Amino acid sequence: MTAPRDKFGRPIVVVTGMGVVTSLGAGKTDNWKRLTAGESGIRTVTRFPIDGLKSTMAGTVDFVTVEPYSSTGLTERLADIATEEALEQSGIGRKGDFPGPLFLAVAPVEVEWPQRLEVGRAVGKPDFDVNDILAISGGGKFAAYHHRFMFGSVAGHLVEKFGTKGSPISLSTACASGATAIQLGVEAIRRGETDAALCVATDGSVNPEALIRFSLLSALSTQNDPPQAASKPFSKNRDGFVMAEGAGTLVLESYEAAVARGATILGVVAGCGELTDSFHRTRSSPDGKPIIGCVRKSLADAGMTTEQIDHINAHGTATPENDKMEFVGISAVFGERATQIPVSSNKSMIGHTISAAGAVEAIISLLTLEHQRIPPTINYDIPDPAIPFDVVPNVARDARVTAVMSNSFGFGGQNASLILTREPI
Amino acid sequence: MNKPKEAWITGIGIVSSLGEGLDAHWDALNARRVNVDEKRFAPYIVHPLAPVSFDTQIPKKGDQRQMEAWQRIGTYAAGLALDSAGVKGDREILGRMDMIVAAGGGERDVAVDMAILNADAKGNSAPGFLNERLLNDLRPTLFLAQLSNLLAGNIAIVHGVSGTSRTFMGEEAASIDAARIALARVESGQSDITLVGAAHNGERTDLLILYEFGDFNLKDKFDPVWARDKHSGFALGSAGVFLVIESREHAEARGAKPYARLTKVVADLAQRKQPGAVTKSLEAMWSGLGVTADNGALISGTTGVEPVTSEEKAFLKGHPGFAVRATGTSFGHTLETQFPLGLALAALSLSRGALFPPNDPTGLEVEMAKPPTQIVVVGAGHWQGEGMALVEAIK
Repeated sequence: MTAPRDKFGRPIVVVTGMGVVTSLGAGKTDNWKRLTAGESGIRTVTRFPIDGLKSTMAGTVDFVTVEPYSSTGLTERLADIATEEALEQSGIGRKGDFPGPLFLAVAPVEVEWPQRLEVGRAVGKPDFDVNDILAISGGGKFAAYHHRFMFGSVAGHLVEKFGTKGSPISLSTACASGATAIQLGVEAIRRGETDAALCVATDGSVNPEALIRFSLLSALSTQNDPPQAASKPFSKNRDGFVMAEGAGTLVLESYEAAVARGATILGVVAGCGELTDSFHRTRSSPDGKPIIGCVRKSLADAGMTTEQIDHINAHGTATPENDKMEFVGISAVFGERATQIPVSSNKSMIGHTISAAGAVEAIISLLTLEHQRIPPTINYDIPDPAIPFDVVPNVARDARVTAVMSNSFGFGGQNASLILTREPI
Repeated sequence: MNKPKEAWITGIGIVSSLGEGLDAHWDALNARRVNVDEKRFAPYIVHPLAPVSFDTQIPKKGDQRQMEAWQRIGTYAAGLALDSAGVKGDREILGRMDMIVAAGGGERDVAVDMAILNADAKGNSAPGFLNERLLNDLRPTLFLAQLSNLLAGNIAIVHGVSGTSRTFMGEEAASIDAARIALARVESGQSDITLVGAAHNGERTDLLILYEFGDFNLKDKFDPVWARDKHSGFALGSAGVFLVIESREHAEARGAKPYARLTKVVADLAQRKQPGAVTKSLEAMWSGLGVTADNGALISGTTGVEPVTSEEKAFLKGHPGFAVRATGTSFGHTLETQFPLGLALAALSLSRGALFPPNDPTGLEVEMAKPPTQIVVVGAGHWQGEGMALVEAIK
């Protein structure tokens, strides 16, 4: 039996349950089948009018509906679905009684337009101002909207439903949030505070204002037709990311606790790295140093070398800047191997699930380890000569994969990398 | 696991309705000063930010323009904390300094929202109307000012704090957990030095609307926070508070002087549907905190809203020897910032060898003559989330 501690003497952290929802479907089975078939979940938005929008497609999860609709409500529902699947697989605890804390990656919350319009219509007089809105806001008519639009509301719901212990942590590190949720769980287990952690990352925020906000930052692809071809990571004609929805849940446990209860071990979170970029609010430092440092920290945390990494699940958003900087960073650390190691972007198929992406892609990385098959980067027809990655173009590939690096880089200088292995190293 | 490392508070930055910096706050608290504005948002009462020259901590106007008020307040307070810890500009330390920020979201452009709501109410809401207005009227920079993690992003850019960066959300509880995780990471050796804190702009109609949905706002008349039994509510406050928390060995190695020791932080999510749940939760946390004296000091972030304030009073009744101070009276309710504010005032009081005087007509707060050696900081959120910390004097 492997020692329950890693080479640094810390408890080994393993994954015993995973659940995932994306625009490709609910559950690991459907998602894996469609990801390895190179299918896209991106479609023209039908949830709301797209008149006037520069980007009209997204990876919406249209097969899940909530009443009354809100992005926060959908975000919560997606988290429920992914978490139910993960707990079912893990078999940990009892129903409604998870024996550890919750770390939740979730988008920032604010009152949304359907609710704001409802309150505005209730004023009942012309040419009103904000004081008129305030005058009718109290008295309990809209009390549910206070509760819904608290930042802690999704976490509060998950605690009640799944019975996690202690104070739940809701977090945002922008596009790295999902990876940060996993990292917080890993750290808590390594500190010996808990034997298990529930790490959930969820995002259901494709709504008009969210699309417009990212549009105004020129971050989104405008190649609307056909929508399935819009997300082109590492291609020369890439022009931005495609917003998407989804959720991923991982049950993390100490190796010792998982073995003791006879759980099936799906993989190991061998290392986590994180390093802040203080260059700019939305752009990476041109020298790539923060990305390089982040990747190196994750390798050091795992006690591994680049030679031991068989595959990189890229952040790969398909923005001109991100993909270039990801290559700069990876090639600085991996040297010549940067062009030999398979580097694929799930976002070519499922779009950018923002707050959920880090966890969704960690799950896909673990499925890659399980199936020994790498999902492709689709829409890769015009390679960018400046990014000579082996992107696993368009078709999935069987490969021997023992360790995967999964990268997440976000606005606000957020960089996080995870190293996932099949077996304890 | 190895023996936990001792964690010191070596830097404090505060900016609020009472001013900026430690001396100004110490003087204001000793003078029992309260700064409320009852007119600007009447009938709602707010504690407005004292005049601050942001240039002193955020020298580039371009940086200031990229931020909304809450981010400027927080970036300013973070700069004060780094100054106070003596690490401002120390690129070696800042480059590996960890950061946990507790944040809400940014301010909406209320003029844009109101124009859209008025047009909608007149029936001008053809498909695509909302898209058109938002496309034309939203400023690109506003989005970055609204993103929760961009307070941390701005602190990284302006001050160079660039080890790790995590933003916790979830109102009052977010900063309790930020302090809890920061302490756990320092104690376990996962971090040598961490900047932790929050910022809040209470002068926002969009927030007043959100809290008015739940009838939480204090209206018409200001009362100290313990005297709101028949007139409950919180008065939103503007404040930014950051603390530098580091391991004793790291502080000693660089010759840093501590304000106090952060000994313990605990947090809970009481199931408040059951009456009495908060009282029970606070009592349970108290018993695990390591309080040694029965006549110590306690700084509460109580909100003044019900039923949670009454539940906290019931808990306090069980500890009658304690000199209680409520930050809500002097600073208003600053949501995510309330708990770090309590920690900051606890550390300040311990370092000055005195607790600031009571400011409470109900008699719940009593004088404390002797120098405090331990101060308990209590936070119970207006809606959910509870926590407690123990801050101790370093001899």
